[in-house]
Amino acid sequence: MTAPGIGAGATALGTPAVAGTGSGRVAGERLVMAGGLAALAAFLLIFVAFALYALLSKSFQDRTGAFIGLDNFIAYFSNPALFQSIGNSLFISIVSTIITTTIAFLFAYGLSRTCMPAKGLFRAIASIPILAPSLLPAISLVYLFGNQGLIKDWLFGASIYGPIGIVTGMVFFALPHAIMILYTAMSLADSRLYEAAQVLGASRVRTFFTVTLPGIRYGLVSTVLVVFTLVITDFGVPKVIGGRYNVLATDVYKQVVGQQNFEMGAVVGMILLTPALLAFVVDRWAQRRQSASLSARAVPLVPKPNRVTDGIYLAICGLISLFLLGILGVSAYASFVKFWPYDLGLTLANYDFSVVDADGWKSFFNSLRMATLTAIIGSTVVFAGAYLVEKGRGAPWLRSGVHLLAMVPLAVPGLVLGISYIFFFNAPWNPLNFLVGTMAILVLSTIVHFYTVSHLTAVTALKQIDPEFESVSASLKVPFYRTFWRVTVPVCLPTILDIALYLFVNAMTTVSAVVFLFSSDTRPAAVAVLAMDDAGSVAAAAAMAMLIVYTSATVRFLHTLVSQSLTRRTQAWRRR
Amino acid sequence: MLVCSRRAVQGLSAILVSAMAALLPGRPAGAAEMLTVYTAFENEQLAPYKKAFEAAHPDIEIQWVRDSTGIITARLLAEKAKPQADVIWGLAASSLLLLDRDGLLEGYSPAGVENLKPKFRSSKNPPTWVGVDAWMGAVCYNTIEAEKKGLPKPASWEDLLNPVYKGHLVMPNPASSGTGFLTVSGWLQQMGEAQGWAFMDKLNENIAAYTHSGSKPCKQAAAGEYPLGISIEYTGASLKTKGAPLDVILPKPGSGWDMEATAIVKGTDQPAAAKKLADFAASKGANELYNTFYAVVAYQGMTKDIPNYPANAEAMMMPNNDFAWAALNRDRILAEWTKRYDSKSEPKK
Repeated sequence: MTAPGIGAGATALGTPAVAGTGSGRVAGERLVMAGGLAALAAFLLIFVAFALYALLSKSFQDRTGAFIGLDNFIAYFSNPALFQSIGNSLFISIVSTIITTTIAFLFAYGLSRTCMPAKGLFRAIASIPILAPSLLPAISLVYLFGNQGLIKDWLFGASIYGPIGIVTGMVFFALPHAIMILYTAMSLADSRLYEAAQVLGASRVRTFFTVTLPGIRYGLVSTVLVVFTLVITDFGVPKVIGGRYNVLATDVYKQVVGQQNFEMGAVVGMILLTPALLAFVVDRWAQRRQSASLSARAVPLVPKPNRVTDGIYLAICGLISLFLLGILGVSAYASFVKFWPYDLGLTLANYDFSVVDADGWKSFFNSLRMATLTAIIGSTVVFAGAYLVEKGRGAPWLRSGVHLLAMVPLAVPGLVLGISYIFFFNAPWNPLNFLVGTMAILVLSTIVHFYTVSHLTAVTALKQIDPEFESVSASLKVPFYRTFWRVTVPVCLPTILDIALYLFVNAMTTVSAVVFLFSSDTRPAAVAVLAMDDAGSVAAAAAMAMLIVYTSATVRFLHTLVSQSLTRRTQAWRRR
Repeated sequence: MLVCSRRAVQGLSAILVSAMAALLPGRPAGAAEMLTVYTAFENEQLAPYKKAFEAAHPDIEIQWVRDSTGIITARLLAEKAKPQADVIWGLAASSLLLLDRDGLLEGYSPAGVENLKPKFRSSKNPPTWVGVDAWMGAVCYNTIEAEKKGLPKPASWEDLLNPVYKGHLVMPNPASSGTGFLTVSGWLQQMGEAQGWAFMDKLNENIAAYTHSGSKPCKQAAAGEYPLGISIEYTGASLKTKGAPLDVILPKPGSGWDMEATAIVKGTDQPAAAKKLADFAASKGANELYNTFYAVVAYQGMTKDIPNYPANAEAMMMPNNDFAWAALNRDRILAEWTKRYDSKSEPKK
């Protein structure tokens, strides 16, 4: 044990020591903690703040790197074609947001406020689109409504290439996110309010507008913002089915890849950043206001059976599920068709990717490796980081700084992140430019891209653990990392696995950031889907997209099994 | 309970650690020297080319980086400060001119360069790039769909202005596709700028979509998605060989074309191996290989018929194709093109 004299000495030197305890070790612990926080802060600073700064400065430079002020922006806004993309993007995003939110509202309402059967099945189906890259719905829509589509007559002569196709694809792609948020919001209702409304004789419509809607208003705001941001920054759907309808996200691709115009790409990137940033700020504001909306005395609302309502919602949810499964099924089917539309015989040939793509199956294994590394490294870093932020002692400014930095990636579209990484890491002065073209940069960019949601998930779980654990450990003179390893990690294991799954699935499906960062050795499967569709090998693209779905689904199934057995073994204390 | 969970954590971490060990990149230490080669060659060409070169030089191994012309060019420019490629084998000459302008290419005169057609090398001495093969704009015409819709077979570029093709014709976007650009540059050079733009104004009325890739219009034509696609003659021929109901047309009076070429990247740390590849790429044996895919290759007097290839391809290549003009005016042409045609949404029916 440390002699009291050293403790006193430390106090004299200005170290805030806990009187009478092993202050030497406490100081050491603080050092480890501060070191961890500093490392995390450095990581986020470099991979978020500095990289974005590189993008910002690039948008004010010409090809040679000289500062030219706003000239790039002026050139962009004076080009009517490019300028029109802003209007198109806004139009697509608004329409998609309205449709997605409406459908998700009905679906979530059915799940949370009715007694319709098969809720578990519906919930499972609603999460399917998360397993697929956003290119998949677009490819399916071509097979369904393209000029040789199965049911193209349903469009009454309108073309799927353009706004109709983009919006439909976006709805598929954004729906699970919207349903998830709205379902959570609707599950938290106070039945006393409904009883009061009933007693006061309010009509159902009036109850809806005075009780239901206000109760979920923040969830609704969140949904609208999340969907809007997803749609305006997604580039998979418009790339495949946009036809001649240009949006901001495809403009970036055309500027950077087609015209090698990195400066203009940076300008479009900055423009794309604006709505996302705005949405982010509003969302933060809304979430802060929501925190105390449900009091401790609330009585959870339990829906009562009603044959008519339940029937209606069963039909609605059934239709929506049919839409989701239909889109998925078409790609699954088309991936086995010999030569659409002239030879509808079935074959496995489309899964022999080496015929149409130099990398063949290698892209798939690249993705598998990348997703696994992202899941393992990402969940470790995120959870340890969240622990230091939430349970750490001392260095309050460092902790809140890290927390703030961890929020930023949510507002940065993948596309923008990818471009800023090109600028930042390719710069010859950057000591990190050995990362260029490696698997490491793909993994790091993906972790950063999905950092915020993982971080918030971890923080939420950690908040549920009584801080007494830390106090008790401290008074028992157990170093924090042992408490972390022996108490916090086992208790939070289900959450850590959730984060790992989230990172894995997103790493399998993401295109936006990695499309600018991969090298020959590391090209991921979702980029191969894009490339094969681009080259017109649509069946092979559908096949690769389905492989991604099958892989994500398998991993999710395994995750469920592992979580269940873990919960049984380690979470018994949660049950009463 | 805690013991149990601790074991679970430990077990899980053991699994994770071993998984990570298995997943971390471990390149087998091969004896051969690795040469990173950037290319826009078609997929099916990569294996035979690599095999032939490695047979001739067993001590060198080719590591392909393949993508479309636009993407490979963008990558090379992006990596300007720190080039990753050793050699470029199979990239459009118009792209190589851009790279050369930025001083990214090493001049080298490969052995036997005198046997190649004079057009098929850069004007510098020693040449900074040497041609491989030529490809040109062509129209892929789906005979089944054309008959269904009553679309006549076009013979010239002018024929494509016929309103009957409205909504049935696709072409590559010149801003992202090398084929799109060579086609547009071909029209502008052959017709003169004013007339060329007037032609495209009218053609634009018929175009259903501008694709990102140059081979996609032909693949879409093959699948009947759109009956006619302005694309690459090579893609048309190979799809037809695979059984697609296509006719490949080289429209009169002639097509814009481009060369695929070889170049050594300045600053490569394997100059000796890079030169061996450049020598091989210009050799007679390599040209015979190119000639199994393309009708027009760099080697003088080498012409072998390829199944389903449109006849007299070389004669239909626009004479006096001015690559320097195209490279110099590329930004201007693309800006004008984008302004005129890219802003339109789906054509109204």
